[in-house]
Amino acid sequence: MNLLARTRLRQPQELSKQRVIIPKRRRAHWSINLMYVPALIVLSFFIFYPFFQGIHLSFTNWDGYSAQFRWVGLMQYGRILSDQVVLRAIVNTFIYGFGSTLLQNILGLAYALFLDRKMRGKGVVRTIVYLPIMISPLIMGYICYFFFQYDGGAANDVLHVLGRTPVDWLSNGTAAVWIITLVNTYQYMGISMLIYLAGLQAIPREYLEAAAIDGASALARFRKVTLPLLMPSITISVVYNIIGGLKLFDVIVAMTNGGPGDASQSLSTMMYTLYFAREDAGYAAALGIIMFLIITVVGLTMLRFLRRKEVQL
Amino acid sequence: MKKRLALLLVTGICLLHIIPFFILINIAFKSPQDTSSKWLTPFYLYLDNFGNAWQNANLGQSLVNSCIITVSGVVLVVIIGALASYPLARFPTRWNTLIYTLCISCMIVPALTILVSLYKLVVDINGIDTYWAITFVHVAFALPLTIFLYTGFLKTIPRELDEAALIDGCNRFTLFVRILLPLLKPVTATVIILVGVIIWNDYQFSVFFLQNPEIQTVPVALSGFFSQYQNNINWVAAGCLISILPAVVVYLFLQRYFVKGLTEGFTK
Repeated sequence: MNLLARTRLRQPQELSKQRVIIPKRRRAHWSINLMYVPALIVLSFFIFYPFFQGIHLSFTNWDGYSAQFRWVGLMQYGRILSDQVVLRAIVNTFIYGFGSTLLQNILGLAYALFLDRKMRGKGVVRTIVYLPIMISPLIMGYICYFFFQYDGGAANDVLHVLGRTPVDWLSNGTAAVWIITLVNTYQYMGISMLIYLAGLQAIPREYLEAAAIDGASALARFRKVTLPLLMPSITISVVYNIIGGLKLFDVIVAMTNGGPGDASQSLSTMMYTLYFAREDAGYAAALGIIMFLIITVVGLTMLRFLRRKEVQL
Repeated sequence: MKKRLALLLVTGICLLHIIPFFILINIAFKSPQDTSSKWLTPFYLYLDNFGNAWQNANLGQSLVNSCIITVSGVVLVVIIGALASYPLARFPTRWNTLIYTLCISCMIVPALTILVSLYKLVVDINGIDTYWAITFVHVAFALPLTIFLYTGFLKTIPRELDEAALIDGCNRFTLFVRILLPLLKPVTATVIILVGVIIWNDYQFSVFFLQNPEIQTVPVALSGFFSQYQNNINWVAAGCLISILPAVVVYLFLQRYFVKGLTEGFTK
């Protein structure tokens, strides 16, 4: 106790002396690094270890519960090439990813451009457009299911009033995929709008005014001034949306559960089905690795491509 | 004229975006015998759907479970994340930079890609149907973002403040706890909002790791309820309405903080 008190008392003098000798970059004691050990433990245990274990399992024929399984090399990856259902799921994954990214960004940008001015009702629009972000995507899927249901669904009521025959929206694979994309867009376009609104606010008004004085039309001002300066926001929004879309899961489960048949499966719901319903864990692990590769490659490519188009103020 | 047009557009946008919620409310308040269109609001008060949904979906218990998991997850992520960020932001030695990169690169590992091995791991450590396993999984997947936000924020705090505190008698640790931690309040609010929303709404982990109805969170309980009572959509709608209510109410009251938190979380 006594010793502790003394060292604590001596410390300030020592430190101030040190400061005189080496004013810059005082080295900290290594023990300060202990502070990130808890984080490293949690990450290694629940992310790094399962990640490498997953790579290992993808080379085996594990069924999900038995203690015994054996090494099968690249067999699970080979299966993908001749598996029509999984190939369809990969195509769907890309539709979910790129489709919702395209829609979310076009709509988000349009809304942001429209709202980026002093006007009545701006706050209300923001509140309403952001609201779905707070809701679980699963529940959002259920809510939209009531809309697209065949029997007494809200969309079919509209068709009925217009005198058309009702459509069974979700029992057509292609339609279901696009409806799910639409629901995902509806739920998360607020994020794009939020990013673009922040980006627009960072653009100095003088630039646009100067362009206007020089006689640039509204379209020219948008294309030559706003858009280039908005590139950093576009990068964030696009990369964020594409990663979110490629790993879409909850909405699909809620609206079609991958059906009809397997027509609206994405890679994530496919993995879930293979692992829990079809006892094909090795194959599911291989799909996981494929999904990881797709998301990493697409995400990083988009990031590099968009970053190159950014301009400095 | 232009102003009128803008106002018209605003009204249009609001109405369009509110449709799903409008329909949800209509269904939730309708008696199951009422087969009129979902676009029509019922002009009678019928609340039985809510009672039935509350009981059959076990919503009371699952709301409690969701609260426990969300609160403990957020608290842990803030503590572990803030602690880790201090050395990573302030002492960027070669080794620490490597560790920082490693942590941040976890952000691109989508949780579901490692589902098979993660599930196996949780089974092996007897973590199925426990609060702690799901909480730690959430913490692990929220940590990269948290560390990213905290280190980013710490780097904006001038180092001169550290030096002054050190001269005044703090050691490195008390410096962090007494001086820097109070300054981290704004970014902590951002982390709480982002991570809180993610954990509260999570379905993809909860559905695997929480199978016992007594421990299920709201989305999982609701998905079970939905598959069981798919034909009784009035009940399901009432269940949906009850489960989105807490998040919606908190959002409406703390909207300013939510918008600020989301903006900072996504644009930093």
